[in-house]
Amino acid sequence: MTFTIPIDNGDAVKNAEADSQRTLYPYVTGTSIVAIKYKDGVLMASDMGGSYGSTLRYKNIERIKAIGKHSLLGASGEISDFQEILRYLDELILNDNMWDDGNSLGPKEVHNYLTRVMYNRRNKFNPLWNTLVLGGVKKGKSYLGMVSMIGVSFEDNHVATGFGNHLARPILRDEWHADLSFEDGVKLLEKCMRVLLYRDRSAINKFQIAKITEEGVTISQPYSLTTFWEFQAFHNPTAGAQGSW
Amino acid sequence: MFRNQYDTDVTTWSPTGRLFQVEYAMEAVKQGSAAIGLRSRSHVVLACVNKAQSELSSHQKKIFKVDDHIGVAIAGLTADGRVLSRYMRSESINHFFTYESPLPVGRLVVHLADKAQVCTQRSWKRPYGVGLLVGGLDESGAHLYYNCPSGNYFEYQAFAIGSRSQAAKTYLERRFESFGESSREDLIKDAILAVRETLQGETLKSSLCTVSILGVDEPFHFLDQEEIQKVIDTFEKVAEEEDEAEGEAEAAPAAAQAEQAGDQDVAPMEI
Repeated sequence: MTFTIPIDNGDAVKNAEADSQRTLYPYVTGTSIVAIKYKDGVLMASDMGGSYGSTLRYKNIERIKAIGKHSLLGASGEISDFQEILRYLDELILNDNMWDDGNSLGPKEVHNYLTRVMYNRRNKFNPLWNTLVLGGVKKGKSYLGMVSMIGVSFEDNHVATGFGNHLARPILRDEWHADLSFEDGVKLLEKCMRVLLYRDRSAINKFQIAKITEEGVTISQPYSLTTFWEFQAFHNPTAGAQGSW
Repeated sequence: MFRNQYDTDVTTWSPTGRLFQVEYAMEAVKQGSAAIGLRSRSHVVLACVNKAQSELSSHQKKIFKVDDHIGVAIAGLTADGRVLSRYMRSESINHFFTYESPLPVGRLVVHLADKAQVCTQRSWKRPYGVGLLVGGLDESGAHLYYNCPSGNYFEYQAFAIGSRSQAAKTYLERRFESFGESSREDLIKDAILAVRETLQGETLKSSLCTVSILGVDEPFHFLDQEEIQKVIDTFEKVAEEEDEAEGEAEAAPAAAQAEQAGDQDVAPMEI
């Protein structure tokens, strides 16, 4: 897949490097993020895998990070682009803190800033290949939103990226309700992550759940979920189809 | 201030460490007609005196809405003031576009001050000849700032700038300690009374002043003439009544009391 639209680096005809500067496809990718609002704030879960195509190459990637005092950012998609976004946000929060004036950027502001960045890059045909989930709490109000690589942005009570949209959101639509307790929220997220673990081939069994409340951010240590493979259907899988091919 | 050999260029220091051009710019602010600002914890009122070139012309606009949560009153070169108001509106709207959140007024005044400072350090520029009273909201409530042509800014509970502002400042100095907890109505009344001080004898009419207000649950807007006149009537009427009562005191104290009772029907604050 090649594009012939030149970018800042000049004309692709005269400048051989121009084309190679744009993101054309992702290389190391993270899979789904699932997040929900609960009683005290927002809960977000992700696995710790970084796939290199079909290889589950990296198994210790933290795909959820704290942003400032009030926000949590989770990303799926190209990991290097996520790291770039973290650098942008680092600078943003730094400048915000330097004002030292009692005002601070809350999750809504960060979400909108990211929307502008993602949409701007999409317009230049040089996207940051991520779907981002931004959650946070400020002055008692919880916030949860999402931005995609083409700049589509919205808020909701529960969001998911990638496969999570197809496998986790239906569960959340049925079982999410307002004012979930922390334990119920974690159980609900684990239910979603377990389904993703069974059905998403780029998921690995090593998770982190992050929570953000008015007090601050906590990201859990990595842990794994129990899985069950003793279904009758899995015993003797070739029973119905003997043969060498 | 007298002319001296160090006052031609803004980039020339005097031997006593002064930049005279900047100080002359601050003089320009003192020549403009008065502008007054005061704030409570939740509201900011900006008021100014409407001066017109002649009876035939309209009066100059001196108070500008920058955003729903920020307003500015100017004194001095109104053209410079308009340009800076446009800059403020631009900053405010750009911030909102990126962050979907109102620009905190404290940050806007710093941008303004930095912009003014640039003009004090370039030989091909001149300082802005306008003082700005910026009132607005941020996360910690209502604020009032004064931005100076020198590039300095200060936060105030109440302030007045322009010609005869000292009279207003004296009035405000007597009363400012109560402003923090003032009700919205009392704040407006104090603003108009401060404006009256700058008129020094001229009768206060609603056509002579412009009053604007913004607050935590109230976007910036101007008070219309009727509202201003109503507030003026509450204290002008009382003054009139006092004069009349003095005149008749020896003759008929009962009659004076009856008049005051009659006044109670009229004064809206009794309702």
